[in-house]
Amino acid sequence: MFSFFLKRLGLVIPTFIGITLLAFSLIHLIPGDPVQVMAGERRLDPAFYAETLHRLGLDRPLYEQYGIYLWKALQLDLGESFVTHEGVWSEFLKLFPATVELAFCALLFATVVGLLAGVLAAIKRGTILDHGVMGISLTGFSMPIFWWGLLLIMFFSVAMRDIAPDFALPVSGRIALEFDIAPRTGFMLIDAWLSGEAGAFKSALSHLVMPSIVLGTVPLAVIARMTRSSMLEVLREDYVRTARAKGLSPARVVFVHALRNALVPVVTVIGLLVGTLLGGAVLTETIFSWPGVGKWLIDAIGRRDYPVVQGGILISATLVIVVNLLVDLLYGWINPRIRHAK
Amino acid sequence: MKRTGLALGLTACLAAARAAPLTVCTEAAPDGFDIAQSESAVTVDAVGNTIFDQLLMYKRGTTEFVPGLARAWRLSADGLQLTLELRPGVKFHRTPWFTPTREMNADDVVFSFQRMADAKSPWQAVAKGGFLMWHGTGMGDAIKAVEKVDAMTVRLQLKQPNALMQTLLANQFNSSVYSAEYGAQLLKAGKPELINTQPVGTGPFVFKSYQKDAVLRLSAHLGYWGSKPQFDQLVVAITPDANVRVQRLKAGECLIGANMRGETLGGFDGTAVKVQSEVGLLTGYIALNTQRKFLSDKRFRQALSLGFNKASYIQSVYGGRALPAASFLPPSQWSHDKTLDSRYDVEQAQALVKASGYDGTELAIFTRIGGSIDGRRAAELMQADWARIGVKVRVQMMEWGEMLRRTGAGEHDITFLNWAGDGDPDSFFNPNLSCEGVSAGNNKSRWCNKAFDALLARARANYDQGQRSLLYGQAQRMVAEEVPLIPTVYPQYFTAVNQKVRGFRSSPFVDLDFRGVSLP
Repeated sequence: MFSFFLKRLGLVIPTFIGITLLAFSLIHLIPGDPVQVMAGERRLDPAFYAETLHRLGLDRPLYEQYGIYLWKALQLDLGESFVTHEGVWSEFLKLFPATVELAFCALLFATVVGLLAGVLAAIKRGTILDHGVMGISLTGFSMPIFWWGLLLIMFFSVAMRDIAPDFALPVSGRIALEFDIAPRTGFMLIDAWLSGEAGAFKSALSHLVMPSIVLGTVPLAVIARMTRSSMLEVLREDYVRTARAKGLSPARVVFVHALRNALVPVVTVIGLLVGTLLGGAVLTETIFSWPGVGKWLIDAIGRRDYPVVQGGILISATLVIVVNLLVDLLYGWINPRIRHAK
Repeated sequence: MKRTGLALGLTACLAAARAAPLTVCTEAAPDGFDIAQSESAVTVDAVGNTIFDQLLMYKRGTTEFVPGLARAWRLSADGLQLTLELRPGVKFHRTPWFTPTREMNADDVVFSFQRMADAKSPWQAVAKGGFLMWHGTGMGDAIKAVEKVDAMTVRLQLKQPNALMQTLLANQFNSSVYSAEYGAQLLKAGKPELINTQPVGTGPFVFKSYQKDAVLRLSAHLGYWGSKPQFDQLVVAITPDANVRVQRLKAGECLIGANMRGETLGGFDGTAVKVQSEVGLLTGYIALNTQRKFLSDKRFRQALSLGFNKASYIQSVYGGRALPAASFLPPSQWSHDKTLDSRYDVEQAQALVKASGYDGTELAIFTRIGGSIDGRRAAELMQADWARIGVKVRVQMMEWGEMLRRTGAGEHDITFLNWAGDGDPDSFFNPNLSCEGVSAGNNKSRWCNKAFDALLARARANYDQGQRSLLYGQAQRMVAEEVPLIPTVYPQYFTAVNQKVRGFRSSPFVDLDFRGVSLP
C-alpha cells in the first residue's frame, strides 16, 4: 500500500508543475500587461510605467518570473492581487466557502430530485410519467443558465410579491441586506445560525434556493438519466425477480434491492459533477450576485491580475489533485486488484 | 407629562425612520479602500464620495467648485503658489482600529500629498501598483512642493501656472485627505497595507464592514462637518448583472441602481422606481490615425466625418439613448461650443474622397470585444456608411488589452472609444490631441499640431475661465476643421431611484453623490 501511495504521489508532482506552467504561460500569453490595462486610455508616464513594472516584478525575463512564482508557491506564498493588494490566499479563503456552500446545496438538490425522478421514470417505463420526466430533464440539460436564472427571479422574486408575498424569494445575494453577519466560517448558513439573529438563518436559506436550483439543474438532468438507465438494467436482474417472488413490497424491492446496486455508476457521476460544480458556477454567481471563486477568477483574467489568476488556478487544481489522489487511494484500498495492476 | 410623551414618541419615530438603510446596487466591487491607489469609477462611488472628502468639491449636480476641506484658496500673483486655508473642526472617523486625538490640520494634507509625490516615502512600497491617477491626471507633473505654512494653511508650489489645479484638487484620487496620525500608527505597527482595508477618512460615512465582492456597509459619520447624512446606514450591494439590478430594484432590495443599461429600463414601467438620465462628461469618438496614408489628408478625414450617419448609429448602437456629438467637449463641460453642427452629406463626402486621391486601399478599424456597446455592430455601421462614399474598411475585433497596446503603438487606421473628462476641457484635449499624447500612446489620432498645442498651453496657463472658454472655443473649431477625430455621441447615463429616496440628483461626473439624500 505504501509503495502504491508513493507511486500516486510521484504522479502528483509533475501534474503540479504542469499546472503552474500552464497557468503562468496562459495568462502571460494574453496581450496587454496589468499596468496598461489599469491605466486604460489614460496617459501613462513612461517613467511611472517602467517603475511600476519593476515594482511588480514584471520587468524580469519570463523564465525568472516563473521561477520566482514556483519557488514562492512551494512555500505557499501566492503573492498579492495587483488590483486590491490583498493576499491571494486571503481573497481565496474569503470566497471559497461561498462557492462550496452553493455547490453543496446544488448537488444536494440535484441528487435528491434526480434520484427520485430517475427511479420513477424507470419503474414507470414507457408511461407518460417516464416520457415527462425524461423530457423535463433533457430541457433542464439544454437550458441556458442565464435565461433560466432570470426567469426564476422574475417569477419567484418579483411576480410572487404580488401573488403570494409570503412565498416570494430574494432576488440575489447571500442574505438580506439588513443582516450584517460577521463571517466566522465563511458559510453563510452556519454563520447566520451562529449569529443568533432572528430571521437570519431563514434569510440565508431562502437566498440559497434559487441559485441552488439553477446550478443544480444540469447535474439533476444527468443524475436522473443515469439513474433511470442504471435502474432499468438492475430491475432485469435475477435477484430482483427473486426478491419480488419472495413477496417483498414493491417499495422494498425498488429502494433496497434495486436502487442500492443501481447507485454505483450514479455515485461515480456525482463525484465527477463535484468538480464541474465548483468550477462551473461563474454564470450562477454572476446572476445571483454570489461572491464566489469563479467570478473572482474571471474578473482577474480581465484585469490581468496575474497573482490571482495563477494562484486561484493553482489552488483549485491542487484541490482537484488532492481529491483525485484520495479517491485513487480509496479505490486501491477497496480493491486490491487496482493496487497490484501493472 | 403630555409634552414629554410626545417628545419621546417623536424621538422614537425619528429613530425608526433613521434606522432604514439606503441600499444601493452597483455593478462592481471597489478595488480597495485607499482611493489614492485606485483608478476605477466604482471605487469613487463607494469610497471617494463616502469615506473621504476632498480639498475642493463640486456643487451637487454641477461642475461648479465649492469649498471642501479647504474653505478658501488663493493664488499668488505669478500663478505659481496656491495657498489653501483649511476648514477648522473637521473630525476623522473614530473606528475600532483608530481613535483620532485631534482634528484635521495641515499635517494631514501634507501627508496625503507626500505619500504620493515623494518617491522615498515608505508608502510608495505599499502601493505596489503605484499611485496611478496621481500621474495619470497630471497632478504629479503639476506640483513642485507641498508646504505647511501653519496649522491650518498649506501652500502648493507649482512647476508652472496651471489652471487645472482646481479640478485636480477636487479629484477623489488625488485630493482625498488621510489622517497623518493614522498613517504613523500603521507604519509603527508595521502594517501600512491596512490603509487599503481599514480606511479612516473625514467623509460623511464611516467604513463598517466589507464582504468581498458582495456587500459594503457604511454608517453615518455623526461628527461630520458638513450636512449630516439623513440615514444611518449606507449599504452597497454589488450586483454585476444589469438585468438582476433591475429585478433587485423592482423587488425593493435596492433603492438606488447605478449605471443602468438603457435596454433594461422598460422593466421599471408602472413601478415605484424612476429613472434619472444624465449626459455626463463623456464623449464617444472615432480616432483617425493621421499618420497613415490617406488619413493624413484633411479632405479624406472630412469625407469620413461627412459620410458617417450619426442618427442611425445612435439608433442602432445606443437604442436612441444618446445625443449626436459635434464637439469633442460634451454639453455638460463648460466652454462646450453649441454652434458646431454635425452634417451628414454623402455627396460632398464622395467628392472629398475623390479629391483626396484615395485609391481603394482597405483601412482597418480596430474595435474591442466586450465593452459598454456592441463594438462589432458599431464598426459594421461605419463600414456600411463609408462604403457608400467609396471607402473600404475591414473590422478587426480584439481583446481590450491588445487593442490598447496596438492603438497605443499606432498600428490602427481607425478606432473608436469613449473619453471621460474630469471637469476641465483640458482633460479632453490634452491627452487625446496633444503632441505629448502621441508619444504617451493615448492620442489615438496621432495628430500633432504645434498651433493646437500652443493654444492648449495658453489655456492651461490662464486662470480666467472666461478667457479659457474663448481659447477652448477656438480649439473646438480647429478640431472640427482638421478632423483628427470624429465626435460621435454623448451617451446618456441612467440611475434608477426608488420613489422612497428623496433628494437624489444625478451628477455630470456620472458618480453617485449621496449629499442631500434622505429616506422617509
